[in-house]
Amino acid sequence: MEITQHESKHLAHHFDDIEQQREASTLGMWVFLMTEVMFLGALFTAYGMYRLLYSEGFAAASMHLNVPLASINTAVLLTSSFMMALAVRAAQTGSRVGQVFFLLLTILFGLAFLGIKGYEYYLEYQEGLVPVTGFTFHYEGGNPGQAKLFYNFYFALTGLHAIHMIVGIGWLLVIAFLALRRRFSPEYYTPVEVAGLYWHFVDIVWVFIFPLLYLLQP
Amino acid sequence: MNQHHVISKAKYLLVYIALLALLGLTVGAAYVELGIWTVAVTLTIAIAKALLIILYFMHARYSGRLVAVAAGAAFVWLGIMISLTLYDYLSRGWLSAPGA
Repeated sequence: MEITQHESKHLAHHFDDIEQQREASTLGMWVFLMTEVMFLGALFTAYGMYRLLYSEGFAAASMHLNVPLASINTAVLLTSSFMMALAVRAAQTGSRVGQVFFLLLTILFGLAFLGIKGYEYYLEYQEGLVPVTGFTFHYEGGNPGQAKLFYNFYFALTGLHAIHMIVGIGWLLVIAFLALRRRFSPEYYTPVEVAGLYWHFVDIVWVFIFPLLYLLQP
Repeated sequence: MNQHHVISKAKYLLVYIALLALLGLTVGAAYVELGIWTVAVTLTIAIAKALLIILYFMHARYSGRLVAVAAGAAFVWLGIMISLTLYDYLSRGWLSAPGA
């Protein structure tokens, strides 16, 4: 059996070398993210269409969203992504303390985002803007039907985003635990990198949700 | 072995500051009367932010061409979905069919 210089305890037998293995994993994550783009893109497309068809009702309905809270939340999520980038960098440079520290900060900012988002949901619930069976949808302005549709899109998009965040936080907790157990090195840090790709993608989704839902006011 | 490109902390910080600046810009633009340009300005800023995240935080700039093709394909297909849908809905009613 030929022993190559890339022989490593992390190398699975069906790869030539660790570099090819890393590329395959990264590409796999990108392909998964492509499917996410199409999945969420369909919702964005539908939202965009109704925004054009019912522009008045949608614009009026969006006035009830809390722009200051969502702006702060966007900054919180961008900070979380920044921390994630630094965590991957710490893995590349072999700093165990750096990895755990920045991963925990990433998770912390992610939790802060969910907390603020939850508070926003609570405010909307108090205003009676939750169009879900069991709750009464109460809307004073004109075009209540269009407003209800707007809030359906709002809760679908932000809710799916929040679910992705919760999944991401669980995933990062596992990665942080593994980093603590010295499982990653500059030679092998693919799990940190791949988790980072997912986390940044979730950030990008919010980068589109925020302006398209909150900011396009008349 | 191919050495991985490690981006400096200063560069990450610069990207982060740029992202926050773009956030400030898009929130500020929402309070300015831009008329028909509102959507264009808002979307341009959002795409700029997404590009910064993809190229630097997600290392797409330093990854192979295969990653570029995968990431590009997603947005090309998204573009087809959005433009063909718009094309349908926006052009309805442009021509009046006899008897309609």
